[in-house]
Amino acid sequence: MSNLTTSEVKVNKSGQRIVSPDYLLFEAPREKFFMTGSEAVKEAVKRASVDASVSYPITPQSEAAHLIGELWVEGYVGVYFRGESEFGVMSEVAGCALAGARTITTTSGPGTLRAFENFPMWAGTRIPVQLVLMARGVNAPLSIQPDNLEVGFLLDTGCMIWYAENAQDLFDMILAGFVVAEKPAVHVPLITVVDGFFVSHTREAIMIPPDDIALPPYDPTKAPMPVIDLEVPPGRFLRDPFVMKSNYISYATHASWQFEVRAAIERSRPYAKHYLRGLIEEFGNPEAEIVFVAAGTAASQAKEAVRMLKDEEGIEAKVVKLKTLRPFPYEELRASVKNAKYIFVPEFNVVGWMEREITKWLYGYSNAKIIGAPRVAGGMTMPAEVIVKEVLNYIKVR
Amino acid sequence: MAKLGPSGFSPYPVAIIDKVLNPPPGKALLFDEFVDEEVAMREAAKAMLTRENPTIFPGPQVLYAWSEDAKKKAKQVKELAQVLNAKIIPMYDYRPKYPKINPEVEINPNHPNLTIWHNNIKACIFIGVHCHYANVALKIIRAETDCFTIAMCSLEGHEDAMITLRDQHPEELDKFIEIAKQVKAELGK
Repeated sequence: MSNLTTSEVKVNKSGQRIVSPDYLLFEAPREKFFMTGSEAVKEAVKRASVDASVSYPITPQSEAAHLIGELWVEGYVGVYFRGESEFGVMSEVAGCALAGARTITTTSGPGTLRAFENFPMWAGTRIPVQLVLMARGVNAPLSIQPDNLEVGFLLDTGCMIWYAENAQDLFDMILAGFVVAEKPAVHVPLITVVDGFFVSHTREAIMIPPDDIALPPYDPTKAPMPVIDLEVPPGRFLRDPFVMKSNYISYATHASWQFEVRAAIERSRPYAKHYLRGLIEEFGNPEAEIVFVAAGTAASQAKEAVRMLKDEEGIEAKVVKLKTLRPFPYEELRASVKNAKYIFVPEFNVVGWMEREITKWLYGYSNAKIIGAPRVAGGMTMPAEVIVKEVLNYIKVR
Repeated sequence: MAKLGPSGFSPYPVAIIDKVLNPPPGKALLFDEFVDEEVAMREAAKAMLTRENPTIFPGPQVLYAWSEDAKKKAKQVKELAQVLNAKIIPMYDYRPKYPKINPEVEINPNHPNLTIWHNNIKACIFIGVHCHYANVALKIIRAETDCFTIAMCSLEGHEDAMITLRDQHPEELDKFIEIAKQVKAELGK
């Protein structure tokens, strides 16, 4: 058995040279490729020293899960298998992570809901699993088209939630995600969201570093709970059972435990700021009174609307793109909308969970009118023209 | 605010309520302020030497000889207890225990207040407790007791303790023992 510590290991199990996360994300030379979001997932996983992945072939992420399987064949992923159901997958993922494996999986839409009980369980057991969620509609009626309603359901599971706008974001977030999620003081799951089909199935230019370098392996000895190891104390008998009967513990323990999971998300802020180069991104005129606050492809469409408003109507506007939802970048958002008179929140769902979030965090901090529009769902697209029209109509009647 | 308890009915997470986070490398946290490690160590020693029934709560990471560091730390904890005139009550098992723990001889993260109340502990040091369980316990202790909590963590620290010292390895423990001896001499204890 090797006595090498993580810092002394120069190559991972796949023979890739281990480099620092900063080098991999910020310094390594990059080359341009033309690929789908699913292929971007594969390329990120290839460079992430992943130990285990479990898959279930739900649309639209099946291609990504399939491609991770190809990585297993190629020797880049330690363990790969297919679960019996979405619930099974998310449970098996937990098992891999509890045993100290860096683990990733993917899902979307109704599969997310079928597996749902596992997400707060992941958070409560402090496993740094990464779930790539390619958001899609939730039935009924059954939809396999883009819609991000399920993201609203996931907001308070105790998982970190990051939102990628495009394949480039997705690639970088998957790599950064492992680094942040595995910090000992953080160590909660990360759900990396991307809009299904719009990003998963379309090709775009993406800059990626060479595939002979990879992240340092996960070090489970720094986990905030003992990793399950039946041979070696102190891990041998110290894990709590997942179901803790209330007569064995104080009720305050359960409350404290839940607070601790949320505190862990707070502790991720400085790391996420570093590895994502900020929790928000601004586009357009910084002083604009018309502001779009959005995430994912809604932010992409809003950027185009900003260009159209300026070029065709002479109206200044800007986009505040939220890269993280948990932790929510409330300080950055409040600062970025200080000049705003109108805040539009374009969303790909019917309920407006993003508008609710924005309204909550800006309450008492902004006098701007918050408008939850435009709102499309069920697979509809959100043309930039629709966003522009929404703004013009709103301004015109006032 | 992040101050000595009891803070109220519900466990108190300073990261959420007060936005207090762990100190950066090289620094320590004293309530809600980043200070030099030596300053925090002096305050920690002072609290242990001046408050009633100071107690060290060692966890599995120093109770089991799972690494060379753990073996060294176990001996250092005993020495530290002597210097600080402190008792040692182990947190040796994180599992809930039915019907309840014996607060004379153990502390459990699921109801740490029982041990603190029973022994009237007014200052304590967490060392070798896995971060999650330390954090769960520290939030309850601040809510329900007036115990001055000190965390000596080998990783990033515990903002829920009144004093948190991060990256604490045998070398740092030696430093703390020396500072504790100085403070003890200054206080004439």
